[in-house]
Amino acid sequence: MTDTTRFIPDRLQSPLQRRLKSWETLLLAVAVAIFIVNSFTSPYFLNAWNLSDMTFNFTEKAMIAFAMALLIIAGEIDLSVASIIALASTAMGAAVQIGVGTPGLVLIGLGVGVLCGAFNGFLVTKMGLPSIVVTIGTMSLFRGISYIALGDQAYRGYPSDFAFFGQGYVFWVISFELVLFAIIALIYFVILHKTNFGRAVYAIGNNPVGAEFSGIRVARVKFILFLLTGLMSGVAAICLTSRLASTRPSIAFGWELEIVTMVVLGGVSILGGSGSIPGVVIAAFVMGLVTFGLGLLNVPGIVMSIVIGALLIGVIALPRLWEKWRA
Amino acid sequence: MSKQLLMSREVLLTSATVLLLGIIASRFPAFIAPANLANVFNDTAPLILLAIGQMIVILTRCIDLSVAANLALTGMVVAMINVAMPGLPVPVIIALSVGFGALLGMFNGLLVWKLAIPPIVVTLGTMTIFRGTIFLMSDGKWVNAHEFSDAFKAFPRTGILGLPVMGWIAIAAVVFFSLIMTRTTLGRAFYAVGGNPHAATYAGIDVGKTQFWAFTISGALAGLTGYLWVSRFAVAFVDLAGGFELSVVAACVIGGVAIMGGIGTVVGAMLGALFLGIISNALPVVNISPFWQLAISGGAIIIAVALNSQANRQKGRIILKRAETAT
Repeated sequence: MTDTTRFIPDRLQSPLQRRLKSWETLLLAVAVAIFIVNSFTSPYFLNAWNLSDMTFNFTEKAMIAFAMALLIIAGEIDLSVASIIALASTAMGAAVQIGVGTPGLVLIGLGVGVLCGAFNGFLVTKMGLPSIVVTIGTMSLFRGISYIALGDQAYRGYPSDFAFFGQGYVFWVISFELVLFAIIALIYFVILHKTNFGRAVYAIGNNPVGAEFSGIRVARVKFILFLLTGLMSGVAAICLTSRLASTRPSIAFGWELEIVTMVVLGGVSILGGSGSIPGVVIAAFVMGLVTFGLGLLNVPGIVMSIVIGALLIGVIALPRLWEKWRA
Repeated sequence: MSKQLLMSREVLLTSATVLLLGIIASRFPAFIAPANLANVFNDTAPLILLAIGQMIVILTRCIDLSVAANLALTGMVVAMINVAMPGLPVPVIIALSVGFGALLGMFNGLLVWKLAIPPIVVTLGTMTIFRGTIFLMSDGKWVNAHEFSDAFKAFPRTGILGLPVMGWIAIAAVVFFSLIMTRTTLGRAFYAVGGNPHAATYAGIDVGKTQFWAFTISGALAGLTGYLWVSRFAVAFVDLAGGFELSVVAACVIGGVAIMGGIGTVVGAMLGALFLGIISNALPVVNISPFWQLAISGGAIIIAVALNSQANRQKGRIILKRAETAT
């Protein structure tokens, strides 16, 4: 991995050709294939309510995955996201015990998320520490605080109108979470693909020193990206807590790996510099469909994780094997 | 010059550990009784063994997140072999566990070497694949104490000069790998590859192949630890040592191993592991809820990495590594 050369090809193929050969198209084909296979293997699959349930498998994770995609494109990573969910959820649970209402809970959830993101961002950008180690540390720290506060107990008793975020439906089978997912996807699409900020993110990922010398405030952009990742973890914490209606310190355990898998599966280079939001959206659906389809076939969760793990390595290994084979 | 600083780094960590022991002893003198210290060391032996392997991997600018899953899978394999063939002598079991662990490590190494897939992606994937494989093999069932042969269980617990065999194995590994790292071509190659991959290539070192061997060593140590762990606790199950990979990385970071590669010693990794081991053993003694442990080790990682970067900055090893440092 040390001798990777990145090619920035001039436009040698027509735009249509490029689009057909792109990662997103391949991934979309995989998603469609899984969808078709699923609908043949299980009679329960093609049902509007079941499909609506399926979306809960990925909506909360995908919200974080969008922010994480930007962070990884910029050459950093945040492994503490699941622990931020735990801490935000614990803070909301504690607030419920002293009688805070739904608007207050939402503010607390978002606030804790942003604060945690700011803490990560401070350590990485101001102290110049490698993000992978920093966030492994804060991953233990944030969840550790939840354990100190809760031990083996759980917070319950969330107000009934708080349930809307994770359990409410906007229209027929369209859940609030799905709508939120779509809105957030759109926002991140605009941020990454249509703004100067988005171009700066790519520039930093491709060459941080070059970006610095071309006048991009690298540290500030990265700090904002950590803030956004924290904020999205707060949003996910609100949705998840509302859906489960309880908080344990082990909430969302191991999600950081699934979220990174989602981002990498979506075609974002783990080395930074490339990737797209539509790719992450399709990857979210692929993962949701795989988990849901296997679940309908009574495959245990841990076996699904083999599939996810193999998918993660496979989607990167196969194209490279193919190139080696042809060479 | 750098050797002196490296030494002082270990001296610093040793004094921090002694200080920690002193604080604990001031309230609970029994904690530093030789018999108890031997106990603490023995308890920490698995962490030391894994930290040595992880250190070598991190030296070559990689990371191995699959060590705990490798440990659990190898542990399950030898447990099932023992159940099927109780007569198999312990040396054969040990050879099998080292060999099988090394094979799993080689799989990681091959993907990194031959396909140049980023190590974090590879080992995230194999981590879930290994765990899932344990489930497929064991059907989710536990292998319990009464099913093991007596010889299988007795080996790591046999006391020699007041220290169980498991502790002696950790000491032997520290001595052995200290010699490997300082006295052999391969050992120096690990440092060269991490310190400057391009220079290493021009010096005739195959970077990918060196990384492959680092993963193989890490896997072999994880396999050995798998047998020791399973036989000591006389149980094997899917979630054995779940999340332990992060403690291992934490031990390395606390032990002064630079996550950017090229810097670190076997003794440092051992000291980092011991620091964590003492904390986890002391918490129940000083009457702090074990729920504090996660947060404390998280805090320790962040402080350690901040100190590391300070030390490295003085040494001037990292030149314009990150754009932030240019500002």
